[in-house]
Amino acid sequence: MNPRNLTRQAAQPLRQLRLYRYRPAGALSTRREPPRSAAVLSSHHPLAPDHRSHAVLIRRAPEVPSSEITPESLYLDRRSFMAAASFAALDLAAPSLGRARARRVRDDEKPTSYASITHYNNYYEFGTGKEDPSENAGGFKTRPWKVEIAGEVAKPGHYDLDDILKGQTIEERVYRHRCVEGWSMVIPWSGFPLRNLITRVQPTSRARFVEFTTLYDPARMPEQRGGVLPWPYVEGLRMDEALHPLTLLVTGLYGRPLPNQNGAPLRIHVPWKYGFKSGKALVRIRFTADQPANTWNVVAPNEYGFYANVNPTVDHPRWSQSRERRIGEFLRRPTLMFNGYADQVASLYAGMDLRRNF
Amino acid sequence: MSGRTGQRAVRLTVYLACLLPLVRLAINGLGGRLGPEPIRAVELFTGTWGLTFLVITLAVTPVRRVTGWNWLAGYRRPLGLFAFAYVTLHFLTWFGVDQFFAIRYIGQDILKRPYITVGFASFLLMIPLAITSRKAMVRRLGKRWATLHSLVYVAALGGIVHFVWSAKADLSTPTVYALILVLLLLFRFVPRRSARPRTAGPRDLPTPVP
Repeated sequence: MNPRNLTRQAAQPLRQLRLYRYRPAGALSTRREPPRSAAVLSSHHPLAPDHRSHAVLIRRAPEVPSSEITPESLYLDRRSFMAAASFAALDLAAPSLGRARARRVRDDEKPTSYASITHYNNYYEFGTGKEDPSENAGGFKTRPWKVEIAGEVAKPGHYDLDDILKGQTIEERVYRHRCVEGWSMVIPWSGFPLRNLITRVQPTSRARFVEFTTLYDPARMPEQRGGVLPWPYVEGLRMDEALHPLTLLVTGLYGRPLPNQNGAPLRIHVPWKYGFKSGKALVRIRFTADQPANTWNVVAPNEYGFYANVNPTVDHPRWSQSRERRIGEFLRRPTLMFNGYADQVASLYAGMDLRRNF
Repeated sequence: MSGRTGQRAVRLTVYLACLLPLVRLAINGLGGRLGPEPIRAVELFTGTWGLTFLVITLAVTPVRRVTGWNWLAGYRRPLGLFAFAYVTLHFLTWFGVDQFFAIRYIGQDILKRPYITVGFASFLLMIPLAITSRKAMVRRLGKRWATLHSLVYVAALGGIVHFVWSAKADLSTPTVYALILVLLLLFRFVPRRSARPRTAGPRDLPTPVP
């Protein structure tokens, strides 16, 4: 690793990167966090300066891929769970709660392993099992790829992917990802804010929503031959949500090109919403005056809403959303309001009944 | 099947076969091959096998009646107990590993989440059936034993409802179980004589159902 190849920020150790801190925000918050002892804050601690936060981590793309910075063997370690589980058990058995706490803090927001991120996700176009996408998406061709910009926009058209990416600075962003099913990950995406693209294509004043459509091609996406969901998969955001600086157009993962099973070549990620809001393999971005349909809401309107903001106080009709299992961890952890991004996004929903607009 | 040793060998083979899923689970678990969410994988695995053994147990009597293989009757109780064992493992994984004995959450879930309510109730229902499965109890309870043990259909139905309600969209697997259960239930309403193409011996005494 040649230091000259790294941008200034990327060369910083993890703890000095910009970190947003989640703070319980009035009525919206339910997070109760035990006070942590001073010992936990000791200087040798890797995340000591701001150990409790680590909600977002943004840095400019290093010219050396992260895959060279983090030894691949480290994040390909499939046995990490076993180790984590046994350590968790040890910690619980240990009389010293402080030690357990210190450990929890240290691992608090450690990125999930590359192996887990790429072998455990929902991508129904390639099968309904969580290992299916990794098994079935391998041969999926992502070039050539066109993205249609349509609707209430000054510069509609069929853009080539390279054209979409032209002039964009790819950043690495470590985001929490919370699935509506109750599991979560920490994912080092790379990409650029959706707003950069939106401002480039100039939506008209009538545009109040953005609709995202995933590729429909049953020849390449085997599960689309069946009827488990209505195809193509569509999702949508309100314009202010789409323009929010946290909303990311994703092109990579762990400093590498985005694997097919994670939505290559282009997907979005909206970190304060449940995962199903973030469409994959996007072929159309349409600006609309009316609220677009979103697939899971069409399938089960009483279970999945349009907003789908992560909210520990509003349960799924069939299961609780108050806790989640972070992949690789033994015990469930409390789910945070807006997935821990309340400071950044709560104002978007001021005055809204989040119980009704779930 | 002649001779005691032969019968014993068959019996032992069946028991070992019933343990195979558990052995596979253990090997995969120790090898770290249960995927990124291993607790969930264990829950799904033990739950599915519990339901499978329940269905197999319920199939014993219909198969015996159709084929006339009355020796199958002797496997009904062990198969049912294996079903109970897998369901118990399923419950304990949820209770002690997944929820990690967090009674507050467990209680809330049982009361508030219909799929857990139904699953838990079905598990509770199987306990008296397992306890009264011994021959001595069959004799002691007489006719009431049959009535009591017809509850196994309720438990199986509850298990399938639990499975369906916990699924997000893909209902193919629970549907297969539901269809099999309906077929087995329907068979119970088929008059005995027409369901027995081969002549049954006088030894085919009415046994407690199921």
